[in-house]
Amino acid sequence: MSSAIDPVIINLTVFVLAVVVGYHVVWNVTPALHTPLMAVTNAISGIIIVGAMLAAGPEQLDAGTVMGLVAVILAAINVFGGFLVTQRMLSMFKKKSK
Amino acid sequence: MSANFVALAYLIAAVLFILALKGLSSPISARRGNMFGMIGMTIAVLTTLTITQNLIYIAFAILVGGAIGAVVARRIQMTAMPELVAAMHSLVGLAAVLVAMSAFYNPVAYGISPLHASNLIELFIGTFVGAITFTGSIIAFGKLSGKLGSKPLHFAGQHWFNLFLGVVMIAFGIMFIFTQSWTPFLIMIALALLLGVLLIMPIGGADMPVVVSMLNSYSGWAAAGIGFTLNNNMLIIAGSLVGSSGAILSYIMCKAMNRSFFNVILGGFGGGEGAIGAGEVEQRPVRSGSADDAAFLMGNADSVIIVPGYGLAVARAQHAINEMADHLIKNGVKVRYAIHPVAGRMPGHMNVLLAEAEVPYDQVFEMDEINNEFADTDVVLVIGANDVVNPAAKTDPNCPIYGMPIIDAHKARTIMVVKRSMAVGYAGLDNDLFYLDKTMMVFGDAKKVVEDIIKALQH
Repeated sequence: MSSAIDPVIINLTVFVLAVVVGYHVVWNVTPALHTPLMAVTNAISGIIIVGAMLAAGPEQLDAGTVMGLVAVILAAINVFGGFLVTQRMLSMFKKKSK
Repeated sequence: MSANFVALAYLIAAVLFILALKGLSSPISARRGNMFGMIGMTIAVLTTLTITQNLIYIAFAILVGGAIGAVVARRIQMTAMPELVAAMHSLVGLAAVLVAMSAFYNPVAYGISPLHASNLIELFIGTFVGAITFTGSIIAFGKLSGKLGSKPLHFAGQHWFNLFLGVVMIAFGIMFIFTQSWTPFLIMIALALLLGVLLIMPIGGADMPVVVSMLNSYSGWAAAGIGFTLNNNMLIIAGSLVGSSGAILSYIMCKAMNRSFFNVILGGFGGGEGAIGAGEVEQRPVRSGSADDAAFLMGNADSVIIVPGYGLAVARAQHAINEMADHLIKNGVKVRYAIHPVAGRMPGHMNVLLAEAEVPYDQVFEMDEINNEFADTDVVLVIGANDVVNPAAKTDPNCPIYGMPIIDAHKARTIMVVKRSMAVGYAGLDNDLFYLDKTMMVFGDAKKVVEDIIKALQH
């Protein structure tokens, strides 16, 4: 090949494959656990924390890093809140105990 | 740390996220799945920490956010899960907008300087999806928590105005891509924020399960869009998983209500409560009985299916119903629960509410799993549910909910309906089920009735 692949194409490849995987995995989720599914996807969408940390990363503090730090706080609420509330819900699902 | 190492760590985290979702295929594997998800997130965050400065500030921000999240997760009531989820979607939306603004402010931080046209297009998409998610979720949160009325708010020509607003927003987005300046970027964000409000305002309370699922999806797409801009596969993969999950849930909810997605989004019947209802219900004779009668019938039955609706949770009767079921099971009665997909206020909500009341999940069945069993069932106890057991959805083509899948409660030998009064449900419809010869109405507060049934069973 004469030229390197544009990063946009690589991104698109990853994106399409992830959507296909997501589609198949989510259809297999039992309807009884759809609320925990939504809570855990809330936590996973907190992955925006990675972008927020990069924004907050440069040493010089300016408007960009401050916006990044605010975004880190918001995303961290999602990450912790999402995973912990999912765990709390899942621990309630029990088979007959008596 | 090298970019290659970071990318490989992100790959591991992505696989762990997929395993987290896969675990939810059964309650047994779900907890382990959630653990995988937490490990994946930890790997992603720690890896990112190695390539950033300002560690102290960032760690402090994570601690602050984490503490807030942990407290909320512990304190939240299970009935309030839809509000919590909506609130969390809005945070992701706002975070996405902030990251996008920061990326435009200082692209060097992400190694994407100079910005190419493709970066700008992706930035534009991620930002407006994030902005719509942010304000749309705030409105959804307000409606779900009762801070805003759940009634749809319309004004004349709203759809055309929204369309106009959308076109103007895209025009400013294009201007942003060509000029690379702040003014069109900020105007575009402001319009998207306004659009988020206007899109969700006209949607009624009954349609909130669809809206919450849809915003769930948007929050994922927003993260994925930002991932495109930053050339960050971690964001793209995790965002797409969330996006497709929310889209599937929206589809399932629409199907359960027999509504098309556009019908819900454009608003309409969702606000029918009260509008069609009051006063129009014709007076027809019903058979009513007491809690003692109900206890007698169920105590002598071989099999009982309980059909709970959100009214059960409103009356806080979940624990009482589980105690009642325990009594029946001790007397040799086979007890199961039948759950309609829209029984709660978000997908799977009723299952969580029953689980919280310590109802074993192997007694709880989805509508499709149990619908064939009703013909062989002695007693069906409908409690706090109405439209989802209305046989008119199958028989009357003029009925507004015609075609909506229902729980076949009317096929059982005896039907008991616990209800406060003969008032109509969400859809504002009378329910033929209540007037069948084999139906007995038990009027009263759900919790009070169930407690009286328990007392009668103990004798």
